[in-house]
Amino acid sequence: MSFNVNDYYLQMNGKDVLLSYKGSISSDVINKMLESIEKKLTTTSEDGKVMKKLYNVLVESLQNLYHHVEDLPAGSDVGVDESKFGMLIVSKTENKYRITTGNFINSSKIKPLKDKIDKINSLSQDELKDMYKFILNHQKLTAKGGGGLGLVDIARKTGNKLDYSFQNVSNEFYFFNLDIYVS
Amino acid sequence: MESLFIEGTAKTPTVRFDGDQGLIEIKGRSIPENSIEFYNPLVDWLDKYGKAPKSLTKVNIQLEYFNTSSSKCILDVFKKLEAIHKSNNEVSINWYYEEDDEDMLEAGEDYESIIRIPFKMIEIV
Repeated sequence: MSFNVNDYYLQMNGKDVLLSYKGSISSDVINKMLESIEKKLTTTSEDGKVMKKLYNVLVESLQNLYHHVEDLPAGSDVGVDESKFGMLIVSKTENKYRITTGNFINSSKIKPLKDKIDKINSLSQDELKDMYKFILNHQKLTAKGGGGLGLVDIARKTGNKLDYSFQNVSNEFYFFNLDIYVS
Repeated sequence: MESLFIEGTAKTPTVRFDGDQGLIEIKGRSIPENSIEFYNPLVDWLDKYGKAPKSLTKVNIQLEYFNTSSSKCILDVFKKLEAIHKSNNEVSINWYYEEDDEDMLEAGEDYESIIRIPFKMIEIV
């Protein structure tokens, strides 16, 4: 069976979901999601340190989406209408939070992204720190304000490996799924 | 020289750059999607200030959150301060972090190791 983004979203929206969204990723949408999660977290008895980490990682995840979602051409036949489509689901499982993001990606961009995540996953905390500092000090921001630091920062702050998959949707597009665990 | 004051928002910090007092303060959250626009005036101001700085420049950085887009711009701010320090002016940097926020402490240590001006790390309890 071929991948269907709407079925996938429904399937991910089980119990213990704190926040979920699918649709166009804009600055306003990001603001609303951050506000909403902050409200929810302040009413829980969650440890302040974990809340802070979760919020930080959520900011990076959302802004990664913002900077990297494909501008889907009309008629690209991937099952959504929005051109800057992305999804985000925050859920709590046992003693950790999971942030799931999803977005379409042009097949030509898979290899560099996969290489980058595999590289990050292979590094120790000290090596991640060095990589972060190197990129911070040597790479320029893009016009959109992305710095190539988001995933490194997420891996460093969570101390967990990044889980990901690419699912084929059409000739041109895959669906990139990233699971981030905060504990 | 003229002071630079910017009121903080949910996504951008409060900025107080006072040239007469040699006081540089950034406080709050810095999580805009694109930080360049926000930080450009700060870096420009420091460029001008650096031409005739006070003999002592006091810097207070107290951030609750900052994103990776801001992290590069904050480094640009520190690089301007490093230049002032290198031309034989005193620059004292206080890096504030909330109790138990090891990530924010570590972020301060990252900057300190890149720009080579000693930071005073201050835990807010």
